[in-house]
Amino acid sequence: MTGSLAGALTGAVNPAAAIGTLPATGAMRPAWLLLAFPAFGAIVLLLGGKRTNAWGHLLGCAMSLASFVYGVIIFATMLGYPASQRSREVQVYTWIPSIGRFHVNIGLLLDPLSICFVLLITGVGSLILIFAVGYMNHDPERRRFFGYMNLFITSMLLLVVADNYLALYAGWEGVGLASYLLIGFWQFKPAAAVAAKKAFIANRVGDAGLSLGIMLMFATFGSVTFAGVFGAAHSASNTVITAIGLLLLLGACGKSAQLPLQSWLLDAMEGPTPVSALIHAATMVTAGVYLIVRSAPIFNLSANARLLVTIVGAATLLFGAIIGCAKDDIKKALAGSTMSQIGYMMLAAGLGPAGYALAIAHLLSHGFFKAGLFLGAGSVKHEMNDEVDMRRFGGLATAMKITFVTFTFGYLAIIGVPPFSGFFTKDPIIETAFDKGGTSGAILGTCALIGAGLTAFYMTRVMLMTFTGKRRWEDDMHPHEAPPVMTSPMIILAIGSLAAGALLMISNRLIDFLKPVVGTPPLEHGFFSPLSWGTLALVVVSAGLAWVIYGRRDVPVTAPRGSVVTVAARKDLYGDALNESVLMRPGQWLTRLSVWFDNRGIDGIVNTVAATMGGSSGRVRRVQTGFVRSYALSMLIGALLLVGALLLVRL
Amino acid sequence: MISPANYIALSVILFVIGGVGVLVRRNALVVFMCVELMLNAVNLAFIGFARLHGDLNGQVIAFFVMVVAAAEVVVGLAILTSIFRARKSASVDDANLLKY
Repeated sequence: MTGSLAGALTGAVNPAAAIGTLPATGAMRPAWLLLAFPAFGAIVLLLGGKRTNAWGHLLGCAMSLASFVYGVIIFATMLGYPASQRSREVQVYTWIPSIGRFHVNIGLLLDPLSICFVLLITGVGSLILIFAVGYMNHDPERRRFFGYMNLFITSMLLLVVADNYLALYAGWEGVGLASYLLIGFWQFKPAAAVAAKKAFIANRVGDAGLSLGIMLMFATFGSVTFAGVFGAAHSASNTVITAIGLLLLLGACGKSAQLPLQSWLLDAMEGPTPVSALIHAATMVTAGVYLIVRSAPIFNLSANARLLVTIVGAATLLFGAIIGCAKDDIKKALAGSTMSQIGYMMLAAGLGPAGYALAIAHLLSHGFFKAGLFLGAGSVKHEMNDEVDMRRFGGLATAMKITFVTFTFGYLAIIGVPPFSGFFTKDPIIETAFDKGGTSGAILGTCALIGAGLTAFYMTRVMLMTFTGKRRWEDDMHPHEAPPVMTSPMIILAIGSLAAGALLMISNRLIDFLKPVVGTPPLEHGFFSPLSWGTLALVVVSAGLAWVIYGRRDVPVTAPRGSVVTVAARKDLYGDALNESVLMRPGQWLTRLSVWFDNRGIDGIVNTVAATMGGSSGRVRRVQTGFVRSYALSMLIGALLLVGALLLVRL
Repeated sequence: MISPANYIALSVILFVIGGVGVLVRRNALVVFMCVELMLNAVNLAFIGFARLHGDLNGQVIAFFVMVVAAAEVVVGLAILTSIFRARKSASVDDANLLKY
């Protein structure tokens, strides 16, 4: 079947399904190699044990790079096809053979959407792994670290190239596991161990939503493949579609740290900084956005589900930004920022066909600049004896020039200064939010606009507190520039922060590329519209405000008490307190009640019966005196009774 | 000819004497003898009934009882001897270790 014929058959359904999927040919055929490289690395490093200590980190980097190179080859091959034939499928093996209606093949779907992620994951992943070679240099467990990182890359690739929801779910759980292992990589720190558990548990809530969504899909459509579900989506009732959409959103909220499952991300910063950069900024936390965009045909059919996605996104982008404004821990400030930026992506994804491509564009450029910012933070932390309190930094610009410059690139990108990438990817989201029209459009757009101002404020604050002003570090510290193995990935990411946005967005390159998967946006935006000038003005004012507070005056080494809002933001806007009072305490009561009932009720019955039997046996056994004559007497009595009974029957 | 009822009456008397002896005497040897008395009372009943019915079944069973009694005495006396050696006592009330 040709692509056009397949398109004609399903064309009426929705734009996403309009392009049929063709079997992969040529360079794409062994697509499983994408996963096989990092999987091999993970297996060798994790099973090989200490024998692989000497060269483990090199193998880890090499496997990730090999996957990246192959990803580039696939990308080049894909660009060679006409736009309608770019979705290619590779059937790898039958995972679950037919059980009734249930049949799952492990198939890999290579299309414009998945290849974007493949390149992001393996590309940024490789850079971060190279950085980690230097960053983890003194860690005796460096080999294990690289094993877990390869495990993460494998799972993340499975998540994005799977052609059905079940395999996606396997990858989804795999990245959750890798995230847990890596947050708790330094298990000897209680904070890290607790943070890992917290992340795992918060993610379970989301994962339960995703798995329920998949079950509902199977119950409704009898299939869990993208093709099967999307092809039949228009025939299901609106209620079911909305339910599936909301369950998928719950899954996305867990993985992407969106409200109300946001609490784990800030604590996840206990992990090594490369982990924060790769998993908790650039890739894994964006999996929720991928899930929403991938499920576009479902969300296209349910305006309510889309609306909720936008609400979650808008609420989280403000929530994260406010937290980011108050944190003194550089990594937590960046984590708040990550939450906020993913909120932008969710907002865009919730805007439907107008925003899917924008969400992916912001995701990709965010991958560059946020990874770069985190690596910069890691570089600073590395040189400051693991100090992360920005109040003890200051004046590092002269001590660490390369880090300063690359960090500045990331900074300019995230606050959206042209020509840096954030400008090209964030402004269209704000504009599209306003374009939604009506009250909701105005509210969402305003939230996004305020978020842009807050972003400028907190990022300027981070810049000023870390790199300028008086040196507030201890006298015995001598920060100097990191080795080239750490600075070169930072430089490459800085270049990405500068160029990615323009590269993706000018003349709609990415939007056109993604069109076969997510459909065509109804409106197109030129850059430098009045709104974007307005946004830019707001950014400059906010940055200026931050300069007035943190640049012109000296930053006190101990944090001032601050206003009510600051105190709240330092406590993650009481997210943990809410979880504790609403979920944890009632949960504890419930367990205590259950334990009490189990002890007194269930065990009580059993124990009473057992005690009664035991007590009566103890008394009855006294009959066994050991005196032969008493036994003889009992025999006599027994015989007499027997005879008596016989006589009685006879009579 | 003596009436069969007399045999049965004697048998009952012997059996009761034996039974009471088993219950009240402490000396293991006497207990043993009482057991033998009970067995022989039963034998007497068997033979009395055999005469009464005019067949040999009762007499044959009496032989079986004698054989069993002989075997039992052999084992029982052996046990008695060894208990007496070990405990310097033939009282059945002293050998009461096998209890609760």
